[in-house]
Amino acid sequence: MSAAALPLWEYSVPAGTHWSGLLRRGVALRLTDLNGGANCAVIFFNPEQKLERYNMPDTLKAQHTGLITRGHCLYSDMGRIFCSVVADTVGWHDPLCGVSDAGLARRKYGESHYQQQRNDMIRNGRDSLLVELGKYGLGKRDLGPTINFFSKVTADAQGRLSFHPRHSKAGDSVDLRFEMNTLVALSTAPHPLDPDPQYRPGAVRLTALRAAPAAADDYCRNLCPENQRGFANTERYTALA
Amino acid sequence: MALTTSKLDPASAAIDETCLAGEPWIRTIRCGQVFRILDLEGNQAVDTLFYSAHDVEEHYSATDTIMRQAALYLTTGSVLYSSEGRPMLTIVADTCGRHDTLGGACAAESNSVRYALDKLHMHCCRDNFVLGLIECGRQDAQAAKLGLGKRDLVPNINFFMNVPVTPEGELNFVDGISAAGKYVEMRAEMDVVCVISNCPQLNNPCNAYNPTPVRLLVWNPQ
Repeated sequence: MSAAALPLWEYSVPAGTHWSGLLRRGVALRLTDLNGGANCAVIFFNPEQKLERYNMPDTLKAQHTGLITRGHCLYSDMGRIFCSVVADTVGWHDPLCGVSDAGLARRKYGESHYQQQRNDMIRNGRDSLLVELGKYGLGKRDLGPTINFFSKVTADAQGRLSFHPRHSKAGDSVDLRFEMNTLVALSTAPHPLDPDPQYRPGAVRLTALRAAPAAADDYCRNLCPENQRGFANTERYTALA
Repeated sequence: MALTTSKLDPASAAIDETCLAGEPWIRTIRCGQVFRILDLEGNQAVDTLFYSAHDVEEHYSATDTIMRQAALYLTTGSVLYSSEGRPMLTIVADTCGRHDTLGGACAAESNSVRYALDKLHMHCCRDNFVLGLIECGRQDAQAAKLGLGKRDLVPNINFFMNVPVTPEGELNFVDGISAAGKYVEMRAEMDVVCVISNCPQLNNPCNAYNPTPVRLLVWNPQ
């Protein structure tokens, strides 16, 4: 293995828990579903100006997509790209459904308290992300849509949604190449539309890797003219970084 | 698509105003009041957000609205959910048949991505929202108490816009299904502040490149 391919660091996020951290331009983060059927709800902020955050509508309409997979860029509300999806063995990640909350989790799984269950207690996506956001002075007003990596939700002609259980297999992974410094917060709680009445979250391994800047012929940059302009905006922002 | 009409008479409305294209409209709507948005000339995008009138931290949530009803589009019977999972409004009449939850608002910066880098200067919903919120005391003293700002601009509803997602996951802005005189009406389930940007977009065929006024009416509980 070449030095460039050695991970900068690795961390396995246990099933149903949460994590946050800074990913810098020039680093790629690989998310790996360790046991199959995981869900990993992720949001992004600019750590230098936290009013700049992941924007679901701008991401979807720029790329004319209702799913996330290889080639897609994840946009901020300022016309810039936090990260681009440079590899994906899954093929479909859900950007539409957000996260569960305490009320939904209680109705689906019943009461759960740390007093009895210790760290096996049921955590929900909203509270988990609020914990991570709170560490940076962010709160409920700042919590918008997530990308639910490893989960697939499709819409029929009337817009009715269907969740596809255990869409992702053990060992499936997706690589996010960061195009600007990005604060990442994530939860591995189950997807809110997962019909499984048992609380069975999945663990996700994070692997940080060195990543070369996007070349002129980069697949994500050239997926559509919109992404070429998104890269131009981002490279203006990072020009002196 | 089932269309539902309303029996409410504009002559008895407590509020009956027109919002021109490219301008904001901000009003408090009380629990039980009925709110109608009327597309005066057809296929006008009405970018709309709601906040709890008493808690700046509780806002309309596109993902809660989508996920809790397992449905992407809004029409009669749809509930608009808050970030706390509570019903904010319920759509009680709709002569258009489908409204968008995914397209969000145009912004100078997103226009530079979607259309061309030199579109950055053009008027847009986000600029309209930001200035509308900074100056919202001019329109509604209750709304001004919340201290809303850019931070609170979460993904909005686009009334009268048609943004389908195919079973294969493609998303497109397609020709509108609205027309002059079509309307959508909703009952407030809590006290809310309604914040509208009547969209000034000139780069998208979904409004025939022609932003137009809308009429906004509020009735007291019947």
